Parts: sequence; C-alpha cells; structure tokens
Amino acid sequence: MTSLNPAPTEVPVHGEHAGHGDHTLTGFVIFLLSESVIFLALFAGYAIYKTSSPLWLPPGVEGLEVAMPLRFTVVLVSSSGVIYLAERALHRGRLRQFRAWWLLTMAMGAVFLVGQGLEWAALPFGLGDGVYGASFYLLTGFHGLHVLTGVLLMGLMLARSFRPGNYDAGSVGVTAVSLFWHFVDVIWVVLFALIYVWQR
Amino acid sequence: MTSTTPAPAPAPSFDPRVLKAPHPVPGAPNNWRRFLSFNTDAKVIGLQYMITALFFLLVGGLLSMIMRGELITPAADLVDPSVYNGLYTMHGTVMLFLFLFPILNGFNNLLIPPMIGAPDMAFPRLNAAAFWMVPVFGVILMASFLVPGGPSGAGWWAYPPQSIQNPLGHFLNGQFLWILAVALSGISSIMGAVNFITTIIRMRAPGMGWFRMPIFCWTAVAAQAIQLIGLPVLTAGAVLLLFDLSFGTSFYRPEGGGDPMLYQHFFWFYSHPAVYVMVLPVFGIFSELFPVYARKPLFGYHVVAIASFAITFLSLIVWVHHMFYSGTPQWMRNLFMVTTMLIAVPTGIKVFAWIGTLWGGKLRLTTAMLFCLGGVFNFIFAGITGIMLATVPVDIHVGNTYFVVGHFHTVIFSTITYGVFAGIYHWFPKFTGRMMYEGLGKLHFLLTFIGSQLTFLPMHAAGLLGMPRRVASYDPEFAFANVLASLGAFLLGVATIPFLLNLVSSWVRGEKAPPNPWHAIGLEWLLPSPPPAENFEHDVPTVVSGPYGYGLGRPLVEHEERYVAKAAKAGATP
Repeated sequence: MTSLNPAPTEVPVHGEHAGHGDHTLTGFVIFLLSESVIFLALFAGYAIYKTSSPLWLPPGVEGLEVAMPLRFTVVLVSSSGVIYLAERALHRGRLRQFRAWWLLTMAMGAVFLVGQGLEWAALPFGLGDGVYGASFYLLTGFHGLHVLTGVLLMGLMLARSFRPGNYDAGSVGVTAVSLFWHFVDVIWVVLFALIYVWQR
Repeated sequence: MTSTTPAPAPAPSFDPRVLKAPHPVPGAPNNWRRFLSFNTDAKVIGLQYMITALFFLLVGGLLSMIMRGELITPAADLVDPSVYNGLYTMHGTVMLFLFLFPILNGFNNLLIPPMIGAPDMAFPRLNAAAFWMVPVFGVILMASFLVPGGPSGAGWWAYPPQSIQNPLGHFLNGQFLWILAVALSGISSIMGAVNFITTIIRMRAPGMGWFRMPIFCWTAVAAQAIQLIGLPVLTAGAVLLLFDLSFGTSFYRPEGGGDPMLYQHFFWFYSHPAVYVMVLPVFGIFSELFPVYARKPLFGYHVVAIASFAITFLSLIVWVHHMFYSGTPQWMRNLFMVTTMLIAVPTGIKVFAWIGTLWGGKLRLTTAMLFCLGGVFNFIFAGITGIMLATVPVDIHVGNTYFVVGHFHTVIFSTITYGVFAGIYHWFPKFTGRMMYEGLGKLHFLLTFIGSQLTFLPMHAAGLLGMPRRVASYDPEFAFANVLASLGAFLLGVATIPFLLNLVSSWVRGEKAPPNPWHAIGLEWLLPSPPPAENFEHDVPTVVSGPYGYGLGRPLVEHEERYVAKAAKAGATP
C-alpha cells in the first residue's frame, strides 16, 4: 500500500448528489467568520477603552516596547508563506517536502509563542492592573490560544501524514488548518497595529 | 499483507470523508435507548433536543409558577426577595437557553435534512457534540441551586456591577455557573449554526434552487446567520464578565477604568437578535403550515423568503433600544428608534403574506392550525406593543414596568411557543410514526389560549399603571391585575397536562401515521413516517417546482408517484 493511496470508495459520500463539492471547507470558512466576529468585538472594546476610558495606562507604565514584538511578528507573518509552500508541496504529491515545510511552520508558531511568553514575563503590569492590563492580556492571550491551537492542529495533521493510505493530495484537513493559520496571522496584524502601533 | 486476507478497507477512520459518513458510531441501539446514547442520526438528535427542551420547559414553568404564587398577594410572603431574584434569573435563562434554543434546534435537525432531500446533517458528529453540551450546561445551571448563595440574582441579562459582585467570596457561585452555562450554550449554538448553514448550502437535492426551498429552510439560514454573528459577541462579553467576577480584572469596573455599559452593548448586540433567532423559525413554521391547512400556495413566497434576511440584517442594528434608559446619548436613541421601527416592515410583510394565504382558503382547523392562528393573532398584538416600546419616550416611561414583561412574553410565549406547539402537532406523525390525539390537542390549545391572554394582558395594564418589574412585592393597587395574571399562569400550568399526556400516549400507542397525513407538499412528506435512517438514501428525487403548489396540480419532484407509492409501501409493512 503506498502512502498516497486514494481514499476508499466504500465510504458513502453524501452531499455530492447535488453536484456540490466538499462541504468541510464550507463549514470551516463559516466557523472562521464567526471567530472573526469575536475578535471584532474584542477589538471594538479595546478601541472604546483606548479612546474613552478615564484610566488607561497603569501608573508608572509609559507604553509598550515595540522592537521585540515586531521581530516575532515578522516570524509569524512569514510563516503564512511557509505554510503555503507546505500546502503546495502536498498538492504536488511531495509528502516529504510537505512535512518539512509543515514542521517549519509549527516551529515558527512555537517561536512566536515563546516570544510572547518572554514579553509577558518582562512586562511591569499584570492582568489586574486596570482596564489596560486586562485588555492587553486578554487580547494577546486569546490570540496566543489560537496560535497554540493552530500548532496543535498542525501536529495532528503531521501525525496523520505518517499513517499509510490516507494522505491523498490536497487533504481537506491540511487546507482547513492552513486557512486557520492565515486567519490567525491576519488577526495578529490587526492586533499588532491596535496595541503596539496605536499607542499615542 | 498476505494474500489470504480479503482486500481490506484502508484505515477508514483517517479518511476525511468518514467525517461525513452519516452514522459512524457502531452498534448504536435501535430502541428507546438510542435517545440516551451518543447517536449521530439527525433524527435521533432532533428528538433528543426536543425531549431535553420539553423537560426544561417544565422546569422553567415550575419556576414561573412559584413566582406567580408569590405575586398573587402584594406582600413578599411566599419567598423572600433575594430568592425571587434567583427565580426570575433562572426562569429566563432556562426558558431561553434550555427550552427555546434547543427545541428549535430540534426542529432544525428533524426538518432540514428531509426538507432539502439530504441524508443527514453535513457534520453528524459535530451535531451530536453540540447536542450533548445542552444537558451538560443544563446540569451546570441547575447546580447553581446547590452552591453557596444559591443561583445568580442578577437576571438573565446579568448586568454588571451587580453580576460581578461576589459577596460570599466562593469561587464557585451562582453567577460563575451562569456564565459558564451561557458560554457553553454559545459554543454549542455556534457549532449548530455552522452545521445547519453548511447543510443547506451544500446538501440540497438536485433541482432545489434557493427559490424552491421551503420557507422553513430560509428562516433557518437567516436565524442561524444571527447566531454566527451575534453569539460570538455575547460569548466575548460573558468571558470578560467571568474575568471580572473571578480573576479581578476591570473590564466592567469603573474604579479600574472599565465601563459597565460596554457589557450592555455586548449583551444586547446578541440578545436582542436572539429574539429573531427564535421567532424566525417560528415564522418558518407558520409559513409551512398555513398553505397546508388553507390548501393554497403561500402568498408572496419570494418576498417572504427575502424578508427573512431583511429581518436578520435589521435585527443586528437595533440592540441599543434596550438601553434607552441607560444613559444613552440622544442621537443614538433616535437612530436606534428608527432602525427598531424598520423591523416592522419585513415582519409586516410576513403577516400580510399569511393573511393573503388564508384569504379565501379552505381552512382545516386542526390543533396545529389553531396554534398557528393563535400565534399570529398574538404576534400582531405584540408587534403593536413592540412599536410602542421602540418609541423612545414611551419606552422611558414603561421600559422598566410590567408592560415590557407582558410584551416580551406575548412574543416569546404567545407567539414563539405557540409556533413550537404547532410544529410539534404538525410533524409529530412524521417523526414518531404515530398520530397525536386531536381532542387532547384542542383542549391543550383552548387552555393555552385562555391562559396566555389571562396572564399577559393584565401585565400590560399593570405596567401602564406603573407597576415595576423584577419585584417580589408591589403596591396593593396592582393586586387585581396580578391575581388575574397568576390565575392565568396556573391555567397555563394545567394546560401542559393534556399536552404531555398526548405526547406520551400518542407516541406509545397512537394510531399509525400514513406518510402524508395532512396531504402536504414537501420532500419530507414523500418519505415514510418515520423516515428511514438516511431519508431518500440513494434514490434522491429531482425537484421540479416550488414547495407550495397547493391547487396548482403540478408535481413537486420528477416521478412523484414513484416516491409516494414507495413511502406508502414502507408504511404498510410493519
């Protein structure tokens, strides 16, 4: 049995009688729309506090250091390109190449998480320090949770790719995870602009 | 691999297509025990939703009986005021999150796949997971009666600063459990929404274009779109509330720079549209049933379909009308007064479409039809009081009185729950294979109709006279209205007896149902009652006309007689 065996045909496939293709991705995109609304709500809350809260920065806090997070931002954003390369390799049937790019994406995600952890550890304010501390940790933490989820999902897909007989080119799971990853990156770019760029 | 083994099916659990296989749980029982098992069949899940929801209808109803018992006299003599706060908090939460949402998801599960000719939902396992979260958060919510301090008394709206106080200091308190339950409910409903929308977009039978879809499916997409857009906002708001309550953050605490008003925005951005999440499917049920029982095509089908989406859109831009008296600036009040009133246009279109459908029709007054007529009657009244409440000056005058309580109960009980009852009486034969008893049904309708008028009309009157809501005791001048309301509420309690009796006895030994007892048009009625596991299995019909061709003498699907004969045959064999 080769590792690129086509999927078994005995499994009944539904939904295709209407001439429609795969619906997993449809469902996933709808789910991502819903996710983006959560972030929109949190962004709106942040913007409202930033512009109208009488107590914004905790006493003694001037603002955030931008240089370090910017480096990790570059890592995260460029991982969107790497995951694209992984997906393309899979579509071309190059499973080894796919695994290599995929693993690199995971590593970049992990680097970002470590960077965020280091930043958190060094910050002079905590979750309980007024609405600024709460918003900062909630927004970055909620995004970090998504990065972590993305890395774990990638790990799952990687493990799956070692099981023989089920990794036909263009696996739906891989496409879904890479969509999720692009989504997480776009959210980070907005978040970065909101928190680090818009400080004054 | 040796040559003696037969050609094996390669590890199916890793084929992504298995996720779509209809019932991947092996060995699921095929008797009543399947309702207690993790079953992925949408029809079983639908009934699981319904049974769970009806159980919580009784729980929520019981809570309201205690409240009306308390309110039958002006003094707070039955329960003390803090217990009363817990009662109305739990009543509201249970009725919305554990009765109405689950029961409408039950209808979605039971009706959407057969109505569009799909074998099942798009994601059966996600579907089952979404259902099983309902009993879990039901138990979490009920557990708040057992924790120190009892259930939350901050109302189902849970406004801070009241909801972020934790006077006893226990981590596990009623408000914490409330937030946990609501957040879980949100996640479960988002999972459901993804599933229903994907199913309708992707799995329609050949020939079923959007404008050949039954209105119920249109309203399902419109309502689930609200869930997708609104629920994340409520969930975000609830998570911030949880942080403020349990982890000492200041999102809603002014002393830390936070703003309690932000919670109201988050909360009502979803919780106002939530009314439409519930009322849209009920509009769908009315639109399905009137053509059947009036023997006429639905009047203005296209307009009714599009009006559903107009309601979705408008519902998302009206939330501030709940905050007219919360210090909202005047320009915002005016803006949201206008958007709120605009909702009357698409809803009015629907009401006129129903009246147009009934006009000159040959009405059959079955129990289902009676509930539809009663529901629309009450809805027209609720629509008028709704317009009154949308008006800023009137709302500021009566917004915190029993007038509002009367108004939204007329919507939520006398319209939505009537629609739910109508749907149950109409589709019960399809999904259980048994007919319900019409006599008991009509008794149920009569008691419900009298009971709901007697309960909610006096509330309007008391509110206009100035009786505040959310109180355990009141001025004796409101005593007469409250006695009437309490008697009406007890009558509603009595009305559930014939209903439950009917449900149980019909399901156990009711008359066997033919495939199409009401002579209705629609794909689900081409199936035997109850439908087989995968509806049409591999013989999916091709749809050739719209869903409401009553009296037009045209077939719904190609070779319709073949499906009719097949369903009749399947019904004839025991």
